[in-house]
Amino acid sequence: MAELTLRVNGSEKKVNVPPETPLLWVLRDTLELTGTKFGCGAGLCGACTVHVEGAAIRSCSTLVSLVAGKSITTIEGLGANGLHVLQQAWIAEEVPQCGYCQTGQIMTAAALLAKTPNPSDEQITQAMNGNLCRCGTYERIRKAIHRAANGSVAAAGGAR
Amino acid sequence: MSPLSRREFVAAGVAAGTGLVVGFYLPHGGKTGKDVFSPNAYLRITPDDKITIVVARSEMGQGVRTALPMILAEELEADWKRIEIEQAGASTLYGDQTTGGSASVRTTWDPMRKAGAAAREMLISAAALTWGVGRASCTAQDGGVVHVASKRRLSYGELAAKAATLPIPTDVPLKQSKDYKIVGQRLARVDTPSKVKGEAVFGIDFRMPGMKYAVLSRCPTIGGKVLGFDDKESRKIPGVTFVGKISDAAVAVVADSVWGAMEGRRVLTVNWDEGSNKDLNTTAVMESLKQAAAKKSVSLYAVGDVSKVAGRRISVEYQLPFMAHAPMEPGNCTANYRGSGCELWAPTQVPQDCRDAVAQVVGLDPDQVKVNVTLMGGGFGRRLEHDYAVEAALVSKASQAPVKVMWTREDDMRFSTYRPASLHQLSAVLDGAGWPVAFTHRIIAPSISGQKGQPGPNGIDPDLPDEAAFVYGLPNVSLEYVLAETPVPLGWMRSVYALQAGFASESFIDELAAAAGKDPLEYRLHMLAKDKDKDQDIQYFTTTWHTARMRGVLQLAAEKAGWGKPLPAGRFRGIACFGCFSSYVAEVVEISMENEVPRVHRVVAAVDCGQLVNPGIVEQQIPGGIVYGLSNALRAKITIEKGRVVQGNFDDYAPLRMNEAPLVEVYAVPSTEAPTGIGEPSVPPLAPALCNAIYAATKKRIRALPILN
Repeated sequence: MAELTLRVNGSEKKVNVPPETPLLWVLRDTLELTGTKFGCGAGLCGACTVHVEGAAIRSCSTLVSLVAGKSITTIEGLGANGLHVLQQAWIAEEVPQCGYCQTGQIMTAAALLAKTPNPSDEQITQAMNGNLCRCGTYERIRKAIHRAANGSVAAAGGAR
Repeated sequence: MSPLSRREFVAAGVAAGTGLVVGFYLPHGGKTGKDVFSPNAYLRITPDDKITIVVARSEMGQGVRTALPMILAEELEADWKRIEIEQAGASTLYGDQTTGGSASVRTTWDPMRKAGAAAREMLISAAALTWGVGRASCTAQDGGVVHVASKRRLSYGELAAKAATLPIPTDVPLKQSKDYKIVGQRLARVDTPSKVKGEAVFGIDFRMPGMKYAVLSRCPTIGGKVLGFDDKESRKIPGVTFVGKISDAAVAVVADSVWGAMEGRRVLTVNWDEGSNKDLNTTAVMESLKQAAAKKSVSLYAVGDVSKVAGRRISVEYQLPFMAHAPMEPGNCTANYRGSGCELWAPTQVPQDCRDAVAQVVGLDPDQVKVNVTLMGGGFGRRLEHDYAVEAALVSKASQAPVKVMWTREDDMRFSTYRPASLHQLSAVLDGAGWPVAFTHRIIAPSISGQKGQPGPNGIDPDLPDEAAFVYGLPNVSLEYVLAETPVPLGWMRSVYALQAGFASESFIDELAAAAGKDPLEYRLHMLAKDKDKDQDIQYFTTTWHTARMRGVLQLAAEKAGWGKPLPAGRFRGIACFGCFSSYVAEVVEISMENEVPRVHRVVAAVDCGQLVNPGIVEQQIPGGIVYGLSNALRAKITIEKGRVVQGNFDDYAPLRMNEAPLVEVYAVPSTEAPTGIGEPSVPPLAPALCNAIYAATKKRIRALPILN
């Protein structure tokens, strides 16, 4: 076991866990931040994507001891003041179906937009290709990223 | 996607006359209380104007938590913004709660409408009594009743207490589609905001005080058993609290954390009896299908007599592999067994099956088992099983703690229930002009329900009536089924047998068109009209299929895709159509070939699913099924070696990613017919349309899936 200090969503959290534990399980089980999902445990699907120092990483394949002291952002902390522009765009485009992969999709897209504010289709595909969606929402994900990049996040329709 | 016994029960209930469905309104079905108006188990209205609609199907991404309440709210004349949704757990109030077979909307369309209409009529009566005016002078609108002459209005909340004292009507008028204000609208899904914030609680996210986590070591060979185990190393892992055999085929490791349980399993030594399938492999399974093909068929559908038709005969075989559902959320379930009862939090398509199966294995009565239904990270039929629930209950009982059983991705891939592999023998006779005058399709496949101990009449798998119709009007047709046996565990996977039947049938029709030198669209349209303008009704089991509706979707898809118009160099089109779950879908796929690999650029889909409840959800489900179908067609294949499933994760069972996702256009045929299935019908046409496009590009016919074998 190891006493570690994690900086998650702007606050310091002390945890006592085996140092080889993947960050995913510390976030989900210890810190109860369950917006980050388990999909494959092997860095193949992207459902567990979080930011470490602003970069999108696969928390299922990242040892917690390696990110101690670093700035970690999960979906719960993405929109520091209300919804992140991508979350608004996701709602406007009605992206989710089952929704399970979508937090990971949004985290990957947020890291993309932070570096590339107005990505091309090719850049979106390249950035998002590691994130699986079995419901097949890929085209709406693409549209939502464009919408967020264009700053036009208001909902197109819908009563609630 | 569910055993016939259950589905027939629902269908019979829905179809029981024009009045209120017998057994639907239960005197104390709703949650009663002071001033609560709850005329049936689907609806509660309280004086604070809160309207709660209960959803008795499971949400797995297909939108039932939005679509089903919309149906009730329409008849209720409710204000949609004030509706609150409540998810029902396993219950005795709602009939069969199985969520599958693209059936949620089509089987609750009548009950939900009648539930809303009955409440509306009672609220109108309550207002009329309150004001001392005639009922006919009162109108329900926007969550209240108005008396136009005196410009008075009472909200449903204000009327709730009075309405609760009135008798429940036995027959109620239903609205006409032209008057719909909610049904048919593109309303935003109620579950979207929580899903983008990470607040939505899927099964895997549920937690409770004192809860432990478990992973199971299951016998790697199909049908094998635990002989013994050594847990010395497992017990050394921090947080491991329990290791024990919980069934013939599994040992559970329980820990304070998921990671602890996984580590405990990693170092666990289990001695397996690998059982009688330890030498089984895929080649042997496919060989057994070929041997079964020699058996006599049972007839699914026959017109004319195919054996008496002479002419140019074309005969081919198609085959398909086992496939796995692979929903994004791996299997899991939380159980809290306490001796006198057991409570479950289950991401399940079958809450009632979970209840009954758990009761049996832990020795309780079904009413001592409470099943809460969580959100699901996809289902696709995998969660029509109850194995995860049974495991959770057994582990909770054995370890004497509330436990969440977790499956890893490898567990999900290797211990799934698979879409059956199948063999298809097709044969047709063409007349002098090249038109088919006889068509035979023999489906040789294991029976999913049969393997589960619920074979249909004459051994016909109970799913085939929904999933193997032939919606063409030919003079001589024979659809036949040959039961094959396999030890490989079988399950209902999105569109079930329609994927196999549609692939074989629609690919073969393309072959016939090519043999006749005719355009594949023209060929199909010819088969869909006996004479030029004469449509046919085709009675297939209990469903009546209309060639006119199939022609409608074909023509719509073809027109929108520009069928027959020139394409850019290197682009090719294929077309297919299929009817299943009472809906009609046609798809035109546009591809190019890159190093002998098809690249799908565009799919144009046309659907006739009757009245659209929410066009936005239809426009999610159709592309969703197409992407799922494209994953299936290109690469989905589960193989068996030495009695074990070979594939384990998303590297060797690789679903479609964004780089391969086509642009999908969806067009719905306007209709006021009762709504039909939408979750599955877009899956079957994709593979044949794609393979027909590959033929157009290469003149090579693909007769076995997956394409990238």
